[in-house]
Amino acid sequence: MSENKFTCLHDKHVAQGALMSPFGGFDMPIQYAGIVEEHNAVRNAVGVFDVSHMGEVHITGPEAQKFVNYIFTNDITKMEVGGIQYGMMLYPDGGTVDDLLVYTMGDNDYFLVINAANIDKDVAWINEQAAKFDVKVDNQSENYGQIAVQGPDAERKMLEVLNLDCTDLTFYTFKVVDYNGDNIIVSRTGYTGEDGFEVYASHDTIRDMWDMLMTAGVQPCGLGCRDTLRFEVGLPLYGDELTAEITPIMAGFGFFVKLDKEDFIGKDACAQQKADGPAKKLVGLELHDKAIPRHGYEVCNENDEPIGYVTTGYRGISVDKSIAVALVDAAYGKLGTPLKVHIRKKYFDATVVKKKFHDKSYKK
Amino acid sequence: MSKIIDGLYYSESHEFVKVEGDFGYVGITDYAQHELGNVVYVDMPEVDDEVEAGEDFGAVESVKAASDLVSPVSGTVVEVNEALEDEPGLINQDAFENWIIKVELSDKSELEGLMDAEAYKDFIGE
Repeated sequence: MSENKFTCLHDKHVAQGALMSPFGGFDMPIQYAGIVEEHNAVRNAVGVFDVSHMGEVHITGPEAQKFVNYIFTNDITKMEVGGIQYGMMLYPDGGTVDDLLVYTMGDNDYFLVINAANIDKDVAWINEQAAKFDVKVDNQSENYGQIAVQGPDAERKMLEVLNLDCTDLTFYTFKVVDYNGDNIIVSRTGYTGEDGFEVYASHDTIRDMWDMLMTAGVQPCGLGCRDTLRFEVGLPLYGDELTAEITPIMAGFGFFVKLDKEDFIGKDACAQQKADGPAKKLVGLELHDKAIPRHGYEVCNENDEPIGYVTTGYRGISVDKSIAVALVDAAYGKLGTPLKVHIRKKYFDATVVKKKFHDKSYKK
Repeated sequence: MSKIIDGLYYSESHEFVKVEGDFGYVGITDYAQHELGNVVYVDMPEVDDEVEAGEDFGAVESVKAASDLVSPVSGTVVEVNEALEDEPGLINQDAFENWIIKVELSDKSELEGLMDAEAYKDFIGE
């Protein structure tokens, strides 16, 4: 195992006393004040996350649009400059390489944002596919820092603290701003289910912005509450809800797989799965008890026979219930189906519910 | 700096035992609650269950993870702290006050294998 990498804000997290832990190959802050307090700050006011561990890949060249549309499930031909799409890169069998954002920077000019843990794998995969296209693949992950300012007060703090007027940005759009000589990307995106922004910039700019936000009293947040926030609103985490074995069709993200566009990797497998119905399906589970379902715990039918496993589970924070997302045999996927979760020595009753436990409050 | 109370017995897995006569109150230490963060659920045994020294008897769960509770002593559970069912966060407020189970001790000599306050203080490096 190689050593964990540091983000450009690592020394600040340590100096501020954050609880640090490895995530996706980086030594990352898990919590500052506590997961519950940080979670509530984002739901009710505003919080800031260091997400500099995320990877950035710049794709340019005469066939950039054609190429990105070939490796990506969403249809980027529908996007204008300044637009962003969410989607997946798939293997030919429909399994997920990664889920990512594609930013349209210009004609045949795209900026891909990928998961930290997948940077090496994704870049190798992208390069492998790129051999047949006239494109340039540029892994910029080491050059960008990134922060996410999230919560209902995010727009105000962006203006007051960072002097970035974002009122013109609609959900899933971005702009490039000259910020003291640094060309930065500011987008109305996030991973919390709340309104908010993400800023991609040089390490120096990100460090300056972090300091300004701290001075202004904005709550620093760790990856602990990032996970509880995204989970409650039904957003997937690669490695849990999407994996090489879990297709977007199984995960219920068929909306982001445009089967009506020209050929892309994994299209046939997804079309087949959609037509036949997937063998397994991601569902929400609500437990009737306070016991907490955790990743990997067995899910059983009423006869205690294993029919799946928990992908993510928590005692909800905005939702005062024990809740989980689980991958189960499709026969048990209907809303209202009674199931059980095997927790330590006991089996706890649960019911299949929607996997969005808390409503998103995006500003569209 | 974690709180440590004199006169209690401590285990390497960060449980304490407060002995009163033939009974022991078992809970997790202040150091343990601090390491866990917000406690959101305590999985407790039932009255009359047998616990055995070195064996799991339940779990304390923070938002992030579940940690097994390992009994430092053997005996019969005579009481569980029902307040923790509705307010597991009491453990964060005062871990020593909010014990988890009361055990009728079957072998008091087991206490000799546990640490005293001084030894526990060294053990956690404070």
